[in-house]
Order: sequence, then structure tokens, then C-alpha cells
Amino acid sequence: MITAFLIFWPLVASLLVFAFHGYAKPIALAASIIELVVSIVAAVNFISDSSIQYSINYAWIQSAGINFHVGIDGISLLLVLLTTFLIPFIILSSFSINYKNPSVFYGLILLMQMALVGVFVSLDGFLFYLFWEMALIPVYFICLIWGGEDRGVITLKFFIYTLSGSLLMLIALVYLYFQTQGQHSFDIQQLYAAGRSLPVREQGILFWAFFIAFAIKMPVFPFHTWQPDTYNVAPVQGTMLLSAIMLKMGIYGVIRWLVPMVPYGVQTWGESAIVLSVVGIVYASCIALVQKDFKRLLAYSSIAHVGLISGGIFTLSKIGMQGAMIQMLSHGLIVFALFYLVDIIVARTKTKVIKQLGGIRSQAPIFTTIFLIVMLGSIALPFTSGFVGEFLLINSLVKYQLGLGVAAGLTTILGAVYMLRAFQKSMLGETGENTSSFMDLTTREKLVLYPIVVLILGIGIYPTPFLKISEAAVNNLLTIVTNYLALVK
Amino acid sequence: MNALYIICGLGIISLLAEIFNFKKALFPIVMVGLVVAIAVAFLDGGNASQAFSNMINFDRVAIVFTMLISITAFSWFWMAKDYFSNNSHLTDRFAIVLFSLVGAIILTSINNMVMLFLGIEILSISMYVLAGSNKKNLFSTEAAFKYFLMGSFATGFLLMGIALIYGATGTFELLKISAFISAHSSDLPSFFYTGVIMVLIGMSFKISAVPFHFWAPDVYDGSPTPVTAFMSTIVKTAAFAALVRLFNGCFAEISSTWLIIFSVIAAITLVLANITAVYQTNVKRMLAYSSVGHAGYLLIAVVSSGNIQGVILYYLFGYSFASLLAFAVITRLEEKNESLTIEKFNGLFSRSPFLTFSMTVALLSLAGIPPLAGFFGKYLLLSLAVGSGHIWLVMIAIATSTIGVYYYFKIILAMYFKKSALSQIDLSQSLKILLVLLLLISIVAGIFPDLFLSLL
Repeated sequence: MITAFLIFWPLVASLLVFAFHGYAKPIALAASIIELVVSIVAAVNFISDSSIQYSINYAWIQSAGINFHVGIDGISLLLVLLTTFLIPFIILSSFSINYKNPSVFYGLILLMQMALVGVFVSLDGFLFYLFWEMALIPVYFICLIWGGEDRGVITLKFFIYTLSGSLLMLIALVYLYFQTQGQHSFDIQQLYAAGRSLPVREQGILFWAFFIAFAIKMPVFPFHTWQPDTYNVAPVQGTMLLSAIMLKMGIYGVIRWLVPMVPYGVQTWGESAIVLSVVGIVYASCIALVQKDFKRLLAYSSIAHVGLISGGIFTLSKIGMQGAMIQMLSHGLIVFALFYLVDIIVARTKTKVIKQLGGIRSQAPIFTTIFLIVMLGSIALPFTSGFVGEFLLINSLVKYQLGLGVAAGLTTILGAVYMLRAFQKSMLGETGENTSSFMDLTTREKLVLYPIVVLILGIGIYPTPFLKISEAAVNNLLTIVTNYLALVK
Repeated sequence: MNALYIICGLGIISLLAEIFNFKKALFPIVMVGLVVAIAVAFLDGGNASQAFSNMINFDRVAIVFTMLISITAFSWFWMAKDYFSNNSHLTDRFAIVLFSLVGAIILTSINNMVMLFLGIEILSISMYVLAGSNKKNLFSTEAAFKYFLMGSFATGFLLMGIALIYGATGTFELLKISAFISAHSSDLPSFFYTGVIMVLIGMSFKISAVPFHFWAPDVYDGSPTPVTAFMSTIVKTAAFAALVRLFNGCFAEISSTWLIIFSVIAAITLVLANITAVYQTNVKRMLAYSSVGHAGYLLIAVVSSGNIQGVILYYLFGYSFASLLAFAVITRLEEKNESLTIEKFNGLFSRSPFLTFSMTVALLSLAGIPPLAGFFGKYLLLSLAVGSGHIWLVMIAIATSTIGVYYYFKIILAMYFKKSALSQIDLSQSLKILLVLLLLISIVAGIFPDLFLSLL
């Protein structure tokens, strides 16, 4: 029941927002907080083993073997928590901006939340696809209606790019559906069985069909070309949704669907995927080095970080997977905070060009401190959440192959270079004309940022509870995959 | 079967209305009559019945198609209310539309080549007249003339094909023809195959598949918008119903003759129609090409195996209601005698959010975005094709779907992104209700397709 509530409550809330459009802001915030509370209740009652809990299986489209099958295991839970935790803050962060048509804006955010939660709890291939596509619509309109200059062309490119990837995945799912035994079904277990029964060539083709869909979403090099522009033109809440939560759909898809479904394909082609990821890391970091625009810098740094996560998963090792899980959480928090901080800068100085800033520290010490902590999290300093994840991920890659591990380690080094340089140029030094009257954080901004910062430090200092949530599920997944691969050999 | 009689009766009543002068009451009478027809068809349910010496066969498929056509017609009349408010030739218009519906329903239930011909002619001749019903507009006249010339040419092919098939088999009856095919599968004369190909060409014209589509853009553009809506929904539905009966029923055993041809036609239809649609600036022309493109998707189902009729029915259902929704918005936006360019949609979001939302849902459904009916139709279709092993057609369909998104989204972009200085648009109560109804159908049918699929 609780899973159904988590999915459909945002839908109900969005209808409420549309219905009472005079009160869009308070209703949206209240609804998202209720959602957060319910998800925390679910997390507290969650038994940390590998089983799927709170599951619902309801026959939906019987003639096509499609069920409304949802449930939560450790891997899902972390991402559901990330979603339900960030959405209230995303809504809160928008309160200082007066968007036109607020009811549509908040309604779309809530619809987005429904689709995101749906993606993370679906245990039916068709349902997964449905939510996956549905997540695209609200964020597209958020970017289209409230975005910046040139958004028309850029958002359309984003939409078509991701849609074509998804359609590829749909065909792969349908193909697998026809491989299921007996009465064809989209049930996850049946699809797993069908995928594993295929010979290596088919598994390889399916691997690429799924991987491209997920890689576009993340995005992994060379499927990233839509991302920097889209992040740049989207309104900041849109960027937050895209970078903090939506790209996790791709990573989650790899863990939940790709790896267990076609393990043989993953093993055969995993190295290529890792190489692509590592190339992406180095490439995006290098581009980030020369960015003059703060938002674009963050966009490229996001590509670099995500590349590391994707590389870690394809090592098919426990530390890689667990590192990916914790890093998804941490990246979500950090990237949310970074985009918010940059948005505050843009709102106050009317510029996102790093060179035109400087000396913010003398005007706004609290702002600068928060910025420093978040940034250190981003470059994975010990005692921040970023460190735990990146350490595990790089470790897994080093164990997989030293060269790749070293190359991937460049994220941390290059990340430190571009981030610290940006920090130095914007926060330190002489106060310029843009920054001379930089106001420090307001109460509302503190309300958004303090909890995030506490979590970034909290996970960094004591990551065990968060690692525990997904550990059993990850172990179980890897055992199944290893046993299968041993059997095939 | 009874639905057919009722709609025939409505047509006759419309003619009488002129004589007995109850023109004002005609619209409600027709609407009520259509509801009764839908109800009767629904109650007929599984009772298959033959009529006219077995010339038409009202089986379950025919009944469900009849229901679809009647429901579409009901919504269409509602949408086209303004088209019937003009006093001159009002009863003629009613009668012509209703009789064309009779033709459409005959096509869903043909069991005889003669009925095929009759159905197509009743439907087509009505459409030639309706296309030219805006007599003062030169383009409307051009549309009628073009449609008539090309249509007659295609009918010639069809008739020639029927004659050749008759020459080879000695019968018009579909069942007997298919029995003849199985009995003489090895020694069928070559002119029989020629006949089948000619029927194929004739039918391809009616469903406006490439390369027999050249009439479609001009006719769609020139005709009055309600007539365009009628052509792209009801005419297409009826033509596909007949096509499936012919090729997946009667000619199923010689599928090796037509399967490749239809596959190639499907492929080039998808590619050409969708690419051409990208370059259109006139919305009606764009929808014309999109309608041609959808014929291409439907042809994929025709060359597949499995529950073809169910899939085609659902697809047409989703497509028809999305189209009606789009045309309802277009009719409201259109100004007299002016072509509707994409610029006319600029800033619609600020002018009328509800109209914008309706158009958005219609376009998303046409583009096949979940959770709308258009998506589930496309899903059913693609899964049918994957199940039949037509992977290459599926890949083409996927590629053209993304092209489709591009041109449908041009309108969405214009509505939300571009600015407009024009004033707010007021919607009449009746239009609002119609839009809500069509929206609900598109959304509910997408989320609960079983409600609809279980009918068949």
C-alpha cells in the first residue's frame, strides 16, 4: 500500500495544485513533505535484507501480460529516499522566484516526482518503461516554459535524444517479452529468466539497446551532447530535477535491469562500457577546466562524476556497486546544492561568468562557507559524502584494471583543479562591481542548504547506515550474476 | 447490422427534413440516432449475422468496427456543429455525411467483392462532394476535383482487379474465393495475382499509402476542416477494416504475393510521409502527412501475424480520437479562408491554456508518448511486429517516430515558447465539454487499454 501511496500521492497533489491554483506553493510544499514523511516511515520499517518489500502485484493489462507490480528493495529505497528528500527542497528553493503560472510549474514538479518514484519501484518491464517516459514530459515542459534563451531548440534536442534512446529500450523489452516462457509476461523475474536464457550474441545486442538508453539519460560519453546546453537553459529547478534525480534513473536502470537481465552481455561488453565511461571522465573534466560559465562548469563536472559511477557498476564488484549506490545519493545532494548556490550567485550578480565574480567571501561569509563545504564534497575530500563514494568507485576500477583506475582517479584531481579555481576566482580576491553588494544567505536559503550540508557531512563521517540499506540487495544481485556466469562458462 | 439500418434511416430523415421543414431539430435527432446506433451495436455484441444473401457478414470484428465508427461519428458531429449551422444545403450535408457512414459500415462487414466496391463508392462519392462543399473557396473546389479524378482512377484499378479475380475464381464471395485459393493453390492463373495486386493498389490509394498518397495533402488542405477530420478518421478506419478483411482474411493464403509489397509500401510510407511532414508550415498539410504516416504504421500490423484486427482497431481508436482532438482545436483557431500556419499557434498558452493543453495531449498521443492511447497503440503494433520477426520494419518505425516527435513538437514549441499579441480565446461550453470528453478518452484508453481491448 505504502508503495502505491508513494507513487500516486504526488499525482493527487498535482491535481490539487491545478485545482486550487491560488495556493500552488503551500500545497506543493506540504504535499512533498507528506511524501517525504511517508517515505521515511517506509525506510524505518524496512528490514535490511535482500527481499522486496511493500510489494503490490495487480493484474493491469491482462491481455498483454502487463501487471502493476511495484515493490521496494534496498537499491530502490535509497533512490526513493533521494527523490522524496530532494523534491521538497527543490520546491522550497523556488519560492523566491515568481514564476508565471505557478500552478502549472508545481504541478509538473509533482508529476515528475510521481514518474521518478514509479521508475524506482517498478518491477514490471512495461511499467518501468511507462514511468521512464512519463518522467520526460514534465521536465521537458518545465524547461520549455520557464527556461532561458534558445530553449526551444535545445529542449527539443534533449527530448528527441532521450526519446530515441528510450524507444530502443522499448524494442529490447518487447523482444525479451517474446522470449518469456509460457504466457508472455513483462514481470521482472520472467524477463530476467528470458534474458539469461539467450546466447551471448543476443545478450550483447540487448546490452547495447539498454545501455544506449541508459547512457543517454546519465549521460555517458559520447551520448552527452544534449546535457550541457539543457542544464544551461533550464530553469534552476529543472536543472536540479535533471541532474540530481533524473540522471539516477539511468544508473538505476543499469543496476536493476541491465546487469541481472543480460549478465553475459554485460560481462562481454562491460569493458567497452567502462572505457567509454573513463574516456567521458577525462574528456568532461578537461572541458570543465576551460569553462568560463559556472553552470556549464557544473554540467561538465556532472558528466565526469556520472562517468565514474557508471564505470564502477560495470566492474560487477561489490565495492563498485556499493560505491555507485552511495555516490548516487551523494552526487544528488551535492549537485543540487551546487546548482542552487550558483543560482543564488546568478540571481544576485546577474552573471554566471566566473571571471566577473570575485570577493564574495568578504560580503557573504556564510554563503562562502557553505559553498566551500559543498565544493569539497564534490571533489571528494575525506569526511564528505563524496569521498566515500569516489573512494569505493576508484578502488573498484583499480582492482578491475590499474590503468583505467588511474585514469578515473583523474576526476578527483582535475575536479579539484577546476573547482578550486572557480572557488578562488569567485569567492576570494577583490570585490568586483558585480559582487560589491552581495547579500548573504536569507533564512529561506539557509533552510534549504543547512539540511543538505548536514547530510553531506553526515554521510561522509558515518556512511554505514546508508551503505547498509542497499548492501543486502547488492550482495544478492552479485551472487546471482556470479553464479550465472560461472554456470555459463 | 441494426446500426446500419438506423444510420440509413437517419440519412433518409435528413432528406425528409428539407421537405417537412424540421431542419432545426435535425442535429439533435442525428445525435440521438447515433447514440442509439452505438447502443444497438453494443447490444448486438457477439451475435454474428449475415444479410443480403450473405453479401455482408456482421461478425464480432465488424460490430466493434461499427461501434468505433459510430462513436467517432458522434464526436465528429459534435465537433463539426458549426459546419451544420449554415442554413443553405444543411440537409444535404447531413444526408451526405450519414450516407457516407453507411458506406463506411458496409466496408467493415464486406463478404463480397461487390459490397467492397459499393461501400468504397458510397463512401468516396460522398467525400468528393463534401470536399467541395465550401463552394466559394477555390481550394475546396480544387480539392474536390483532385480527389474525384484520383479517386476514380483508383476505383478503376479496384474494379479491374475485382474483375480479374472473378475471372479466375468465378465468384465474388470472399469465402468462396479463399476456398478456391486453397483448393487450387498450385495452379492459380497469373491474371489472378494481377487482380490481387490491382486491388492492393486501389486500396492503397484509399488509405493514402505512399506512392498513392499524392492527393492527400491537397485534399486535406483544401477541404473544409471538419471534412478533413472526417477523412482522416472515419474514412481511414473504414478503409483499413476492409483492407484487413481482404488481405488478412480472403487473401491470407497467398500472402507471399502481397506481403513484400505491403512491407515495402509501409516502409516508404513511414519514411517519406514523416520526412515530408517536417517541412510543412501549414498545420493541415502537416496533419495530412502525419495521417499518411500513420497509415504506414498500420500497414506494419497488416503484414504481421497474430491479433491483427485487435491491434489495428486499438491503433485506429487512439489515432482517431487524438486527431479529432487536434481538429477540434484547429477548427476553433481557424479564421475564414486563411491557411492555418504554425505561426497561428504562437503564444496559445497565454491565450487559452485549456485549448493548449488539449492540443498538447492530442499531439503527444499522435507522437506516441505514454501514457496516452497513441502510445499504447504504437506499443501493441510494434510488439506485434517484433513477435512476427519484422525487426527491420520496427527499426524504421522507431526512427520515423522520433522524426514524428520533431514535427509535432514544432506546434508545441509555438504554443508555449513563442509570443503572441492576440487576445484571449473564449471557448463555448459545448466545445469545452467535447474537449474534456476527447481528452478523457485519450487518457483513459491509454491507461486502461483492457477496457477497450476486451471488446474484441
